[in-house]
Amino acid sequence: MTLVVAGAAAVYTLRIADDCLVLSHRLAQWSSWAPTLEDDVALTNIALDLLGQARVMYARTAELDGTGRSEDDYAFMRDEREFVNCLLVEQENGDFATTIVRQLLCSTYQLAQWQALTSSTDEQVAAIAGKAVKESAYHRDHATDWTLRLGDGTEESHRRMGSALAALWPFTAELFESDAVTRDAAGLGIGPDPDALRPAWDAYIKRALSDATLTVPETTWRPTGGRQGLHTEPFGYMLAEMQHLHRSFPGVTW
Amino acid sequence: MPAPLWEVFIRSKRGLSHNHVGSLHAPDAEMALRNARDVYTRRMEGVSIWVVPSAVITASSPDEKDSFFDPAADKAYRHPTFYSIPKEVQQL
Repeated sequence: MTLVVAGAAAVYTLRIADDCLVLSHRLAQWSSWAPTLEDDVALTNIALDLLGQARVMYARTAELDGTGRSEDDYAFMRDEREFVNCLLVEQENGDFATTIVRQLLCSTYQLAQWQALTSSTDEQVAAIAGKAVKESAYHRDHATDWTLRLGDGTEESHRRMGSALAALWPFTAELFESDAVTRDAAGLGIGPDPDALRPAWDAYIKRALSDATLTVPETTWRPTGGRQGLHTEPFGYMLAEMQHLHRSFPGVTW
Repeated sequence: MPAPLWEVFIRSKRGLSHNHVGSLHAPDAEMALRNARDVYTRRMEGVSIWVVPSAVITASSPDEKDSFFDPAADKAYRHPTFYSIPKEVQQL
């Protein structure tokens, strides 16, 4: 197998790490703002799980790309164009329905991805995936539960879930895109071909939505670019908030 | 309308009984169980959770404290103090 992209394995693990970190930060933004104390804790627990997944994947990336960068270097010292997360994870929290829909779409994808990664030829990635599978399974359950309650709840909650789905659905196409990096990663047995995750994702999401009396939106708009560092407008603001402390006080600890 | 209140009981490890740890709000039993997992077991406190609607608990009243509990105070013969407990018995 000849590598088409230099360091394809490192770019591949970096994408997964960035997905986890950005989604983690979005969920952390709910801290003290969730509708109930119980869900405040639930959302921030999920955020911490994702942060843990991001950290170990950054650590693995640093070994694969040979730079020896620290987890903080990846999280705080890169600019917007250097982040290779998908666009879905960076979308703003919106109302609780929007956050739940985003979480359902993301967790279902992440769970399928971690499950596939448990048989990665990269032993460290496989070990990380073995632990992450349990966490993501809970994240998906949590989101599915709320999807059912809000979708099949009151008129207002159903309407809000519908709008959230309409706004976020276009961003799901990017999750299953292939490029030179994913083809190399698949060729080396490091990770699955993204398209192979689609049937399981489709089946689960369609059942969850139909149980919740929601319908899959019809859309032809397929925004993309996150994997190449081209992000949506709210992402820059999120990064500014997330990075400013570390950049104002380099090496700060607490 | 706030969601109903639930009492949470957690078994910290196999062999021990469930202990009351606190309460929380949730719209239904399934959600109460998930909330309990998130609020009360994030530091590995448990291996099993019970949730019970607070409304179904019948509690003794503080006013009845004297008639309920005081009569047991001078019944020393009810305590199994005349048996020696083997050292190997950890939980009794």
